[in-house]
Amino acid sequence: MAENNVATYQKEIKGFKIDLINKRAQEGALIPLLQSAQDSYGYIPEKAIHYISEVVGIPSAEIYGVITFYSQFRLKPLGKHVVRICEGTACHVNGAKKVRQVLQNELDISVGETSEDGLFTLQSVACLGCCSLAPVFMINEETYGNLTPKKTKEIVKKYIATARN
Amino acid sequence: MKEIRVGLGTCGISAGGEAVYKELEKEIKTKKLDVKLKETGCMGMCYEEVLVEVLDAGHSFLYSKMTADKVVRVVDEHLAAGKPVEEWLAAPAVEADSSPANDFMSGQQRIVLRNCGIIDPASIDEYIAHDGYKAIRQTISSRTPEEIIELFIKSGLRGRGGGGFPTGLKWKFARQAKGDKKYIICNADEGDPGAFMDRSILEGDPHAVLEGMMIGAYAIGAGEAYIYVRAEYPLAVKRLETAIKQCEDKGFLGKNIFASAINFKIKIKEGAGAFVCGEETALIASIEGKRGVPRIRPPFPANKGLWGKPTNINNVETFANIPWIVLNGAEAYAAYGTEKSKGTKVFALAGKIARSGLAEVPMGISINDIVFRIGGGIKDDRRFKAVQMGGPSGGCIPAHMGDLKIDYDEITRTGAIMGSGGLIVLDDSTCMVDLARFFLDFTQNESCGKCTFCRIGSKRMLEILERITLGEGKEGDIELLQDLGQKIKESSLCGLGQTAPNPVLTTIKYFREEYEAHIKEKRCPAHSCAALLTYRVVAEKCTGCTLCARKCPVDAISGEKKTLHVIDEEACIKCGLCFDACRFDAVEKI
Ligand SMILES: Cc1cc2nc3c(=O)[nH]c(=O)nc-3n(C[C@H](O)[C@H](O)[C@H](O)COP(=O)(O)O)c2cc1C
Ligand code: FES
Repeated sequence: MAENNVATYQKEIKGFKIDLINKRAQEGALIPLLQSAQDSYGYIPEKAIHYISEVVGIPSAEIYGVITFYSQFRLKPLGKHVVRICEGTACHVNGAKKVRQVLQNELDISVGETSEDGLFTLQSVACLGCCSLAPVFMINEETYGNLTPKKTKEIVKKYIATARN
Repeated sequence: MKEIRVGLGTCGISAGGEAVYKELEKEIKTKKLDVKLKETGCMGMCYEEVLVEVLDAGHSFLYSKMTADKVVRVVDEHLAAGKPVEEWLAAPAVEADSSPANDFMSGQQRIVLRNCGIIDPASIDEYIAHDGYKAIRQTISSRTPEEIIELFIKSGLRGRGGGGFPTGLKWKFARQAKGDKKYIICNADEGDPGAFMDRSILEGDPHAVLEGMMIGAYAIGAGEAYIYVRAEYPLAVKRLETAIKQCEDKGFLGKNIFASAINFKIKIKEGAGAFVCGEETALIASIEGKRGVPRIRPPFPANKGLWGKPTNINNVETFANIPWIVLNGAEAYAAYGTEKSKGTKVFALAGKIARSGLAEVPMGISINDIVFRIGGGIKDDRRFKAVQMGGPSGGCIPAHMGDLKIDYDEITRTGAIMGSGGLIVLDDSTCMVDLARFFLDFTQNESCGKCTFCRIGSKRMLEILERITLGEGKEGDIELLQDLGQKIKESSLCGLGQTAPNPVLTTIKYFREEYEAHIKEKRCPAHSCAALLTYRVVAEKCTGCTLCARKCPVDAISGEKKTLHVIDEEACIKCGLCFDACRFDAVEKI
């Protein structure tokens, strides 16, 4: 039965399949497997938890505990564009709060939420590692630094206009 | 042949470095110039990014704040015609591979950062050409593990991950521990928000860290190693993967490394976003695939670590020091620093400082030296108020103590800690109560929940601080915070809880009057706590120029041209843009 499930699952996701086979025998495979599932899906769907549980022999409940412990893991899909606002120390003292307010206003969502149309997710992170450009936020892979509320508004409006057209 | 280096660490990339690199590549190709173009890690002058260094006839020319548009001129005038574009240089030209002649770099002593910004981190050959893998060869061929341990005890090197434990001694314990298998772990979790030196080292000189780990492994007798890297550092992971692969191909990692009888392999584990996983026992749990919850020590990892085997954990910067010390000797290293803190330390300067970036300085330098001589003082000519050291576990040291010499013990005496080297500079616009709240919010979130005092106590402290910043503070709140803080410190298992109250306790110690102003007068002296301030237009001063209304990001200001403007308090987000913009001082904060 277990093997069957794994087989159907493997058909569904290619990258993940390889990882499942490679990692099943290794010690400490749980977190890399979760990372791999999230890479494939964009989040960790419930069925992935069950499959991983069968492969590594750890109860689903315990896996759930691991998922919720680490801030990297998500149980819900992400929006098409991910906006990540840095709330590290350097950004905080350089006015990250105002930037966050503008982002929340413009996107009409709070930190941690995804817009109803599934286009934007707003996340906060503790330091993006470019503190010298504080305050900073990222949209997808693009970093924007030395922000002011006005600059923030202009940048995010552009993304919104492109995304919603 | 001329060589061009483009700093492409995370900071350089964020500032637009890739576009500059591509433009250079294109221009050099179309103009068929005989120039070597290469990428390097961050050289530390983050405030001048994007940095492009041209090496020409034994001299180094450093172009700062480069953009793709500026590339053509540098290529045409400097590379093709041999005439440097003087007005874009960050500093006068110096001999190749010496530090740029500016205040930021000349006060530094680079041991850890010796190769950062100089070599191509993706090239093992360049690392080797800069004395790379010489220290491990020497170690294997001519020194016993005991001699290496002795060398490090003598060097006085202390762990750079925050605890400051003597590295040689730690290795000795792991060496003496009984076990068929031993592990070595590099802690690259760099959790302190505002610290970025470990990232820069990994991105700029990954081989130095690998070599340090090899020497450590030889000293304690480990055959296997892990590098636990923060998930938010994708570039560092990529650089490490490349470096490890190159070492395997050259026989520096794997079986019989450097043609000896020694086997040694290194694996990368990516963290999954939990601050507490920087703590060594939690980190071990995380590598084992569990929730990263710390456990009681003893047993220490040296005796019972990963998979129950003797394990030695060191920080990235600690490892990056190792090869240099082997090659130059314990005395050369111990010549820098103070009596109990030897060598150099890398600080990540950020916050309200004019020149932010990475500064590696000898221990014992004063706070003022770092802030003013190296960092160029406070941004926008404001007043220096304090430095925050040690991140969420550390504290704030006020400006009047600026002569304090930075070493482990001196800093600890203030109530802050050296920590990993994040140094955030604060000016008079930073509210200390709000900063304390900020850190508590962080630690409260990151508490793993195992210890009651840390889990609930930090939450209660946060609530009190929030209340104070909202103007709802009560008589006795300060004493309550101190009491709670003390109890949390005493009854938490790991360093997270034991140090979480530090930002609150140090700000109360040095800035008590700010707390009192919030509580008693409902006033925020730094004009930062939004609930305690309102923006208003002063009728007599307003000329009706409409500038404030145009600047307002939320259209909260109304008024016709040449008439008095009014701020709608409900709609106002208190961003202060109108305040900054007004040329007639007609907007006031009250
Ligand atoms: C809550 C907490 C977080 C920590 N985070 C880090 C970290 O991000 N990086 C690090 O090197 N050490 C961190 N440490 C210190 C480690 O537990 C450990 O002391 C260190 O990695 C040992 O290396 P060293 O002797 O070379 O400093 C942290 C400790 C605590 C209590
Ligand atoms: S604090 Fe925002 S990038 Fe470091």
